[in-house]
Amino acid sequence: MHCCSHIILLFGQAICTVGDNCYRAVTFLKEGMLVWILFLLCQVGAPALAQDLCQRDAPNGYKVRISLKTALGEDAYEWNQSEMFFFQATMAFAMRRHFQMETYNVDNIILCVQTSRVSFWFVVTSPDNTTMLIPKADVEKAVRMSRHRINNAFLLSDRTLEFLGIYPTLAATVNPDTPPWLIVFGVVIGAVCAGIIALLVSSLLQKRRKEKGMTEDGQDEEDMQVKGVENGINLDGTYNRGFTDDDRFTKL
Amino acid sequence: MRLQLPNPGLEDRILSHEELDKLETEEAGRGDRPKWDNKTQYMLTCVGFCVGLGNVWRFPYLCQSHGGGAFMIPFLILLVLEGVPLLHLEFAIGQRLRKGSLGVWSTIHPYLAGVGIASMFVSLMISLYYNTIMAWVMWYLFNSFQETLPWSQCPLNYNLTGLVSECEQSSPVDYFWYRETLNTTPDIGANGGLQWWMVLCLVSAWAVLYICIIRGIETTGKAVYVTSTLPYVVLSIFLIRGLTLKGSLSGVVFLFTPNLTELTNPTTWLDAGAQVFYSFSIAFGGLISFSSYNSVHNNCEQDAVIISAVNGFTSVYAATVIYTIIGFRATERFDNCLGGNILALLNTFDLPEGNVTESNYDQVLQSLNGTYPEVIQGLNLKTCDLNTFLSEGVEGTGLAFIVFTEAITKMPASPVWSVLFFIMLFCLGLSSMFGNIEGVLVPLQDLGVFPKSWPKESTTGITCVLCCIVGLIFVQGSGNYWLSLFDSFAGSIPLLIIAFCEMVGVVYLYGIDRFNDDIEFMIGHKPNFFWQITWRFLSPAIMLVIFVFYFITKVTETLLYKTWNPESENFPTLEEKPYPAWIYVIIFILAGIPSLAVPGTALFRCTPVCIKNCNAAGFFTLNSFPCVFFIYFTRQVS
Repeated sequence: MHCCSHIILLFGQAICTVGDNCYRAVTFLKEGMLVWILFLLCQVGAPALAQDLCQRDAPNGYKVRISLKTALGEDAYEWNQSEMFFFQATMAFAMRRHFQMETYNVDNIILCVQTSRVSFWFVVTSPDNTTMLIPKADVEKAVRMSRHRINNAFLLSDRTLEFLGIYPTLAATVNPDTPPWLIVFGVVIGAVCAGIIALLVSSLLQKRRKEKGMTEDGQDEEDMQVKGVENGINLDGTYNRGFTDDDRFTKL
Repeated sequence: MRLQLPNPGLEDRILSHEELDKLETEEAGRGDRPKWDNKTQYMLTCVGFCVGLGNVWRFPYLCQSHGGGAFMIPFLILLVLEGVPLLHLEFAIGQRLRKGSLGVWSTIHPYLAGVGIASMFVSLMISLYYNTIMAWVMWYLFNSFQETLPWSQCPLNYNLTGLVSECEQSSPVDYFWYRETLNTTPDIGANGGLQWWMVLCLVSAWAVLYICIIRGIETTGKAVYVTSTLPYVVLSIFLIRGLTLKGSLSGVVFLFTPNLTELTNPTTWLDAGAQVFYSFSIAFGGLISFSSYNSVHNNCEQDAVIISAVNGFTSVYAATVIYTIIGFRATERFDNCLGGNILALLNTFDLPEGNVTESNYDQVLQSLNGTYPEVIQGLNLKTCDLNTFLSEGVEGTGLAFIVFTEAITKMPASPVWSVLFFIMLFCLGLSSMFGNIEGVLVPLQDLGVFPKSWPKESTTGITCVLCCIVGLIFVQGSGNYWLSLFDSFAGSIPLLIIAFCEMVGVVYLYGIDRFNDDIEFMIGHKPNFFWQITWRFLSPAIMLVIFVFYFITKVTETLLYKTWNPESENFPTLEEKPYPAWIYVIIFILAGIPSLAVPGTALFRCTPVCIKNCNAAGFFTLNSFPCVFFIYFTRQVS
């Protein structure tokens, strides 16, 4: 509202210099009305000036869409003027961070077309010249640089705090050096191969043991009986060959 | 009406009842025939063979698409009339004749050896491609040990500017299946080369199978304690998890809502019959082998009834579990669809959040349409209907690797559920593979392909290695198309022919009287009226009807196959293409050779006898005219 007070003072000074004592009574009334009209105009005019800069589909503006209930559910805070002020402050911070020389202020961020969605448009004016807008590309760069900070300020994410036209950068996927499936495959195939080898070796050993046992059995049984060993127990006395099996010899 | 075809010399080929009893009482360990350690192992092996992937991914689809709860009626009727008699027949004949499938049929009649050879051929073809499915399951299992499952999000493209376009147009699960797993080519002719990661998975699948069958049923019997019981545990876990998810009950309700008008459709009965038949793994020869390792007086009738009941129960149980998850997925999709529409409305008209909800969406849309029709048109809102999402009926690999994996990514703690699911699929498939391989190995032994002196480990090893090498066809770029080709033709028509010949062979060549006496000897009482009727008339008749209809449908339909072609117009919908001409040769080899092996072997065995008879009967008499033809034909061939 600085501009309004400047304008009223200027017009006031102009009227005072023109008039003289005779006109004072008449001009006093006119002055009052003029001041009042000017004041009204100022109230309308200043934002009208800003309005020319910020409007729906502004060439250098961005639309912001906020989905509080989707992001926070029951913990969603109310979107009011204070939050709008916070947004202006955050945007000013983002602009300062990007253009490190220039000091942006809350007044340089102009908001308009608010809806109950919640969505609004904003434009950024230059700190040196409030009628000049910062080009779209520069605003985009600033937003991209500080996107994470802006999101966190409002407890939102890329999906719930949308700058229409600025696409979020994709998170790079983590690619491990060895694919995890190869590790599991190695474990499984190692276990299976070890099992196969164990089974093959055990069956080979079993076979060898059986073969050894069979050849020994065939020879030893007769000898063991002769030596007087039955069922592994040494018996006293001599063995009478008359009672051996004669099956080996041909029958008459 | 006891029709009995002449069968001379049968008595000489089979062991008599006294000889069987003597075999029983002799010490165990003597004789080279393996035995089951206990009855549990035998039952678990048979249950594992019967209960397979088809129970999980074919039955739920059939149930839902043929009238839900009403499908149970033809399924149960045909289970009782077709499944149980065939199962009892195979168990009884194996237990009685104590040989594998080739031995059994050669014993019954030398001309029937073709049935055994056809069984072996079919088991071989199916083993080849079935283990490739196991390789796919293993690939997904290996990839489940990550915090974010790789099929939950699209990968970034080369410049890191956006997502890969193929993935963006379809979905992450589709992309992972068709591109990162199969790396599929758009055409069966373009073979795309071997995919090295799939080769590794195929080798590991065959290695796991080898370690389980390395010593025959000695090792298989131990493995089935895990592979046959684990699927039930996992299904129960999934049932409990599924019922706690939103929308699961709508899935179950949708599955079982009966639509009795479907019963008048003959396709329903045909599909039910085919499902019962294929689900029981009959005509593979594996069940005959397993049953022959039993003691002679084992109650095979009781076993057949129990296993059929378990198989039927598992189908229904698995369908319920699958549809709780599908219901959850459909509800999730519906919510997303509706949410997207609501967001579009809120954004376009700048309405405050929460103004438009699911309950007042229709009213709001109508009122807005009245005031701003062009804007609404421009938004292109999608129609969201829960029933459409539920009836996106998928079966087969699509259900397991696309629909279910997508549902898993939406559940909390996804890697756990993914690991459980794929372990379950792996166990289901592995236990079925035991039976398939048994149907290959035992006939090979009987044919004398391997010398008798070779140990069992080397014969199984060589078979596994050879099958693995041939199975490399299925891990090329076009492998998926080859697999569905094998699935449609190698495993369908020949099995029906073999089963029909089995029934006719046992009932009319072996003799139903002799068979009844055998069963009385084995289990103590004669089979009752139900078995007589089903064995003699009903089951062969049902087989014949299914075979005729199947044959007619396959022969009359134009053969198309669905391809994943990123360049097609309707991408991501699968593009249907006709098979190239040379595929028909392959189809003939797959379906024709086993089927023709039955009459072919009969002819082959018949010719020397015929020639002998002809020489005795003399030439140029009317009786010997067919003999002259046979002699001429065989001389030309040899």
